Amino acid sequence: MEVIMAKYGEIALKGLNRSNFEDLLVKNIRRKLDKIGKFDVTRRQSTIYITPLEENSDLDSAVKKVCHVFGIAAVQRSAVLPKDINEIIKQSVPYLKETLERAKSFKVEAKRADKTFPYTSPQIQQELGGALSDAYPHLITDVHNPDVTVLVEIRDKGAYVNAEKITAVGGMPVGSNGNALLLLSGGIDSPVAAYMMAKRGLRVDAIHFQSPPYTSERALLKVETLCEKLTEYCGRLRFYCVPFTEIQEALRDNCDNDYFTVIMRRLMLKIANIICERSHCSALITGESVGQVASQTLAAIACTDKAADFPVLRPLVGMDKKEIVETARKIDTFETSILPYEDCCTVFTPKHPKTKPLLSDVLKEESKFDFEPLIKKAVEGITVKDFKI
Amino acid sequence: MIYFDNAATTKPCPEAAEAAVICASDRFGNPSSLHHMGVEAEKTLASAKRTILDRLGKEGEILFTSGATESNNMAVFGIAEALKRRGNRIVTTAVEHPSVSAPMKKLSERGFEVVSLKPKEHGDFERAIIDAVDEKTVLVSFMAVNNETGFIIDTKTVYGGVKRKNPSCAVHVDGVQGFCKLPLYGDTVSLSGHKIHCFKGIGALYKNKDTRLIPLSFGGGQQGGLRPGTEPVELAAAFEAAVKAYPENLTIFSSLRHRLTGHLERLNRIIINSPENGIDNILNFSVLGARSEIMLHFLEEKGIYVSSGSACSKGKISPVPEAFGISHERADSALRVSFSRYNTEKEVDILAEALEEGIKRFAR
Repeated sequence: MEVIMAKYGEIALKGLNRSNFEDLLVKNIRRKLDKIGKFDVTRRQSTIYITPLEENSDLDSAVKKVCHVFGIAAVQRSAVLPKDINEIIKQSVPYLKETLERAKSFKVEAKRADKTFPYTSPQIQQELGGALSDAYPHLITDVHNPDVTVLVEIRDKGAYVNAEKITAVGGMPVGSNGNALLLLSGGIDSPVAAYMMAKRGLRVDAIHFQSPPYTSERALLKVETLCEKLTEYCGRLRFYCVPFTEIQEALRDNCDNDYFTVIMRRLMLKIANIICERSHCSALITGESVGQVASQTLAAIACTDKAADFPVLRPLVGMDKKEIVETARKIDTFETSILPYEDCCTVFTPKHPKTKPLLSDVLKEESKFDFEPLIKKAVEGITVKDFKI
Repeated sequence: MIYFDNAATTKPCPEAAEAAVICASDRFGNPSSLHHMGVEAEKTLASAKRTILDRLGKEGEILFTSGATESNNMAVFGIAEALKRRGNRIVTTAVEHPSVSAPMKKLSERGFEVVSLKPKEHGDFERAIIDAVDEKTVLVSFMAVNNETGFIIDTKTVYGGVKRKNPSCAVHVDGVQGFCKLPLYGDTVSLSGHKIHCFKGIGALYKNKDTRLIPLSFGGGQQGGLRPGTEPVELAAAFEAAVKAYPENLTIFSSLRHRLTGHLERLNRIIINSPENGIDNILNFSVLGARSEIMLHFLEEKGIYVSSGSACSKGKISPVPEAFGISHERADSALRVSFSRYNTEKEVDILAEALEEGIKRFAR
């Protein structure tokens, strides 16, 4: 039989509340594997064991899915063998065939968690290494820099043999560090910001501002597609869609056009404050990166930041566009993000936005119109959609 | 719902739907089968071909395809390949649909000299096309009716002129927007079902007896080996029914157009982009100061569907307006209204009213 063994990343370092993290991680993995088939997910001795419960379980897909669960640092696909040295040797030889035939050098590493096993780790290494050398004579033994490391772990429930350690996403289990609300535009940056904060254990909800007829049905579908893609990493996600047209029109008609973007972003944050509170989130997330566009200069960020009642997390703040794009490709949101539909941030963009707005000027400009009734109306018009894995 | 995007696609007519259902229920055989069912299916195809040829007023062959994109590819590549020993010059226009302009780009990469003419640079465009043909020109390919503006290129004039100048040069006409509306002269003519109230997924390529094509795909040898694959019998039956149902008398288009231009004349900020002598069922105009997409979505909220240009480009900037001499600002605010026989003057009035409201709200 084969199982997937998932090793923790950072949470292995936790102290007394470690089991809470572990339980959450197990729950997240279970949820993730739900669609692929029936698996038993249990943790023992700092490892999560994922055992298929059906014949013909799709273990390949399961491995891929588990690699995308935050909190998992590495994944190994292992054979579960009886705790008997002869059986281990007999079954390891055919089990490792494919991997070893492709390799030039190898070593065997043994770990004996169950000290009642009659062979010591070096003895196991010697026995199995010798047998594998005999079976695959092209292999040279290289203990320093081998192509393949065959790992044998003697644990309570059996002997686990594998030859490939797959690096997983790492991070902290989603939900272990609270909830936050993402301002999701549809561009390249905000999905990456969500990914990065989910990696730090945040459960993410998303708020989007829609301005029909300036923005289209396709623009909304695009953002919903992004939400769907984000669930691969973020797990379940609640999506709030705010009707924003009236606010933008009022802003266009009543305030100096050069301040349009910075005031718009402040108004977005004011609405986000309300939803953040209501949905028990304790922070806001944006995809801002310093200096990327006029509204993301330090001066502009300072002005928008003042409108937020919650900490604004900006995980991309120090990243280059290139790095952001690389991550967007990795999490498969890039192709969706670049679909050419207008979003609420690009309509009415002023020709010469203020790159160094002063807060006092911004507030003065913003006070030319009473946005409160429109904000209230927009919040009442919010539609909610839940996305699951 | 008011549908004014008939140059993008049309609503399938009941006649076409019924024909497809009857065919699928009773005559669903494979035309290649030796038995009676096969013979019936073959007869269905033959009848559809005859009807299309009659509507074109031509003798020759009809090859059924998946649509006009395939037809255009078959003709452009097929002719260029067949005639490449005679010469390497191809004459086309800068306002073609991508299903012609993209193959042209490929041919130019393969060493053909592709001459692409812009209407804005020539007073008499038909003359300009003919003048561009020389003794080493093997293909002239152009669209009879432009899908974005309704600009008409007279196929009879061009066909005659090209043949007088170089009889061995083939003429391919993209007839998608012109079929059933205008006479179409060409050695090959591509047609699309869904622009004349048939379904998406069927088109045709007309080919006269003398024109040789090198096939692009290979298989069971159907349709003379030029377009292998089991023929779409049900869709062909629907195509035939749609052609038969398409009226000869098209005064409805001119009266709808007349009514709309009448409204537009009294509205501010409107510039008509379509030529005056363009096809009646397509009217392209700009609402200066209001981006196309915004106006389109605004009209959509009112249940009125128009286009912002060619729906095939979905947001991408089309090179076509520039070639017509339409400025960037005008192109950016262009709307295309295209009629079908199901539209009414009342609907045009509603559109005009909505436009007026939209101009007040958005144009600045």
